[in-house]
Amino acid sequence: MTSHHPRSRPGSRYAPPQVAADGSVEDPRTALTSHLQSLRAFAISLTRDATSADDLVQDTIVKAWTNLDKFQPGTNLKAWLFTILRNTFYSDRRKNRREVQDSDGVHAAGLVEKPAHDGRLAFSEFTRAFEKLSPEHREVLVLVGAEGFSYEEAAQTMGVAKGTVKSRANRARARLAELMGMAEGEEVLSATGAETLAVLGRAAVPAA
Amino acid sequence: MAKSTVSENTRTNLRRQIDENLRRAYQEELEREVPDKFRELLDQLRGKETSK
Repeated sequence: MTSHHPRSRPGSRYAPPQVAADGSVEDPRTALTSHLQSLRAFAISLTRDATSADDLVQDTIVKAWTNLDKFQPGTNLKAWLFTILRNTFYSDRRKNRREVQDSDGVHAAGLVEKPAHDGRLAFSEFTRAFEKLSPEHREVLVLVGAEGFSYEEAAQTMGVAKGTVKSRANRARARLAELMGMAEGEEVLSATGAETLAVLGRAAVPAA
Repeated sequence: MAKSTVSENTRTNLRRQIDENLRRAYQEELEREVPDKFRELLDQLRGKETSK
C-alpha cells in the first residue's frame, strides 16, 4: 500500500475500555465481561447468524476461562479472546464442511445493483455485499476496519503475516466494491473497469 | 496520466466509504444487548472455581 492509511481507531464510542492501557493489570476474569459485546459482534460478522454466533461466543468463553493461565497479563486480552473465537470458528467450519452459506437466501444469484448515483454507498447495499464476502474477508475488514486493530494485532489474531493482513484487507475491499457493482465512479468503471479493479485489488499479489 | 489520479482518488474515497459503512454496521452489532446466558455462564464458571 502506498498511501498511508491513518490508523482510524474508532472513537471511544466504539472501543470498550482497553485493558491495561496504563500498564495496570486487570484481572482477566473480570475484564472478560467487558468484551462480551465485541465478541458477539465479531462472532456475528463471522457466522452471519445469531444462533451460531451465540454458540461460538459460549465456546469461546469456556475455552478462554479454562486457558486463562496461558494469557499473558498486560497483553491485549481482547485480541487474545478474538483469536480463540476465530480459531474455534474455523475449526468448527472445517468439521462440518457442509457450510450453510445461504441460510437467509442472501446469497441469491446475481444481485449486482448499481450504486446510488451520487456515488455514495447506500448502507443496505453495503451490508448485503458484506454478507457475501468470505469469512476471511469479513474477518479482516472487521478487525482492521471496524475494530481498529493494528495490522500487527490483526496479524497475531489471524495467525498470518502482517503483509497478508494488508493484502487481504485490500482484496476484501476490492471484492466488496465489485459486489456492489462499483469500482467507484461509474465512468471510471466503464472506461477502465478491469484496470480500476486491478488498482483497487493491487494486493493481487498472492498472499502467503 | 489523469486516469491514475482518478483511480487513486476514487480508491481512497471508496475505501473511506467502505470503512465508514463497516464501522456503522459493526456499531449496530455492538449496541445489541448481550444475552444473559453469557453472564450466567461466566457466573457458573466463577462458581465452579470458588467451590474448588
